[in-house]
Amino acid sequence: MTKRTIIPFGPQHPVLPEPIHLDLVLEDELVVEAIPSIGFIHRGLEKLVEKKDFIDFVYVAERICGICSFIHGLTYCIAVEEIMKIKVPERADYLRTIWSELSRMHSHLLWMGLMADSFGFESLFMHTWRMREKILDIIENTTGGRVIFASAKVGGVRRDIDSATLKSISKSLESYKNELKEITDIFIKDSSVQHRLVGVGVLKKGQAYELGAVGPTLRASGWSIDTRKLGYAAYKNIDFEPVVETSGDSYARCVVRIKELFQSIDIIRQLAGKIPDGPIEIKITGNPDGEFFARTEQPRGEVIYYAKANGTKFLQRLRVRTPTFANIPSLVKMLPGSSLADVPVLVLTIDPCISCTER
Amino acid sequence: MQFFVMAKTVLKSLFRKPATVKYPFGPKMLSEFARGSISIDISRCIFCGMCQRKCPTGAIVVTREEKTWNIARLKCITCGYCVEVCPKKCLQMSNQYTEPMLTKHEDLYKNA
Amino acid sequence: MTEDQRLIDIKIDELLEKVIGFHAAGYRLVQIGCTKTDVLEINYSFDKDYNFVNLRIVIPSVDIEIPSVSSIYWSAFLYENEISDLYGIKIKNMAIDYKGNFYRTTVKYPFNPQNTGSSGEGIPS
Repeated sequence: MTKRTIIPFGPQHPVLPEPIHLDLVLEDELVVEAIPSIGFIHRGLEKLVEKKDFIDFVYVAERICGICSFIHGLTYCIAVEEIMKIKVPERADYLRTIWSELSRMHSHLLWMGLMADSFGFESLFMHTWRMREKILDIIENTTGGRVIFASAKVGGVRRDIDSATLKSISKSLESYKNELKEITDIFIKDSSVQHRLVGVGVLKKGQAYELGAVGPTLRASGWSIDTRKLGYAAYKNIDFEPVVETSGDSYARCVVRIKELFQSIDIIRQLAGKIPDGPIEIKITGNPDGEFFARTEQPRGEVIYYAKANGTKFLQRLRVRTPTFANIPSLVKMLPGSSLADVPVLVLTIDPCISCTER
Repeated sequence: MQFFVMAKTVLKSLFRKPATVKYPFGPKMLSEFARGSISIDISRCIFCGMCQRKCPTGAIVVTREEKTWNIARLKCITCGYCVEVCPKKCLQMSNQYTEPMLTKHEDLYKNA
Repeated sequence: MTEDQRLIDIKIDELLEKVIGFHAAGYRLVQIGCTKTDVLEINYSFDKDYNFVNLRIVIPSVDIEIPSVSSIYWSAFLYENEISDLYGIKIKNMAIDYKGNFYRTTVKYPFNPQNTGSSGEGIPS
């Protein structure tokens, strides 16, 4: 029998942007078991809801995660609005959807860069982030912030985008497509990328569902499940199909995210053409009383906001289940059988966001 | 499976201007709408304290008696909530970011 | 309303049987979360084809042990460790039991109803 070694991986590791710890049991170079451990950055943001006015809490909710900040704020707003039975003006719904898609694009580009970095393709990392900068510019020009949008509010949105700007955004994204294709083609076609991704960390179809995987991790294993199909915000008026790949390996997860980038451009184009005129927010009166599970699709997958209110201005409980939390079991099952050198790639392939996992 | 897919991009970048800004030698790109820092027109302020009550991080302290308006720049998250609630519209979001500082000092504005 | 959400209140000893039923019907486990009101409530959420169902058990006090569902849905061990670390609820037979070391909090069981100590201090109100 080969000797078994236990290698502690993380919380500090060059490839990890955020702290997760894995105890890897190795036989020679092969991982046979992995035990995850998180909890280095538990901030207790869920507890903070008992001390903050439910309208002000949206600023805290946005700061749960730095990358998908807008969708966190949006989901919180949806949860409170559903409890209070508020119908948000249609224009606000459209603007929310546009910003959701922009944040999905910048998150996917960030992930692609980090992924290139994890398999040692530094120049590809630089080029991907050069592309990401253009999305960040659009975001800054419409919301004022680069990653923290501060644009969602209970009852609508805080800023409007005028129609001339919307048209120019949708036009510039069309020309952006070609430039983007040049970069994404490297991920899809290049032999050195394929060498590191194809067949690595295969998650079978049944396994992915059983482990409760969400988002691109689930869709790369052949499931057409996308929370956007629930039709929250303006997604009900948009024509799109979830991106599905069937091979379930790291390459498939990469391809799903790349196709989603182009899908997002298409969704923004549809939205910019359909957006109605009108008010962007409605006035909130009274306090929430009741409970609701709000579900939306983040770049990383489905996020759940459970809000429970008792008629005061402080919510009784806010529970956030972030997509990375649901994807950790899949990661643990992906690792056995892969070699130690592939562990960084596999950890990144679920797009881990540990800070929002622990809130 | 293809080789040298990246070659085109690499060759292009050889002849292209750098994608980065040569700050501090060149101008930095600032969006007109960037949420940089909060500025106040103190002569119009009525010291109602609305901004202090609404500030999510508690960065603003207003005293009515002494007519002061105090902001801790490092605590401020530039969400712009104070600008929104100000009844006299004397608060403004400027696109200039706060300058780096060595100590955690606060900016005090006083209406004599 | 964007979607219909069913909420089913069940007793603690019915839990395993119900969860096995959901597993057999092809539901996926969405989340497990605990809520502190006058009592403690635990919500088990399931989803199938965008059909969202919740099971709710009510725990009158933290001394009562509840069974783990991680033998049915393996991924539940993360949620269960979270609940037992933050609330101090005892859960039997978890697939991986971190024994209170899943979240490294300074205050033990910060969300526990009996814990009224230092939690929440230093937060700007």
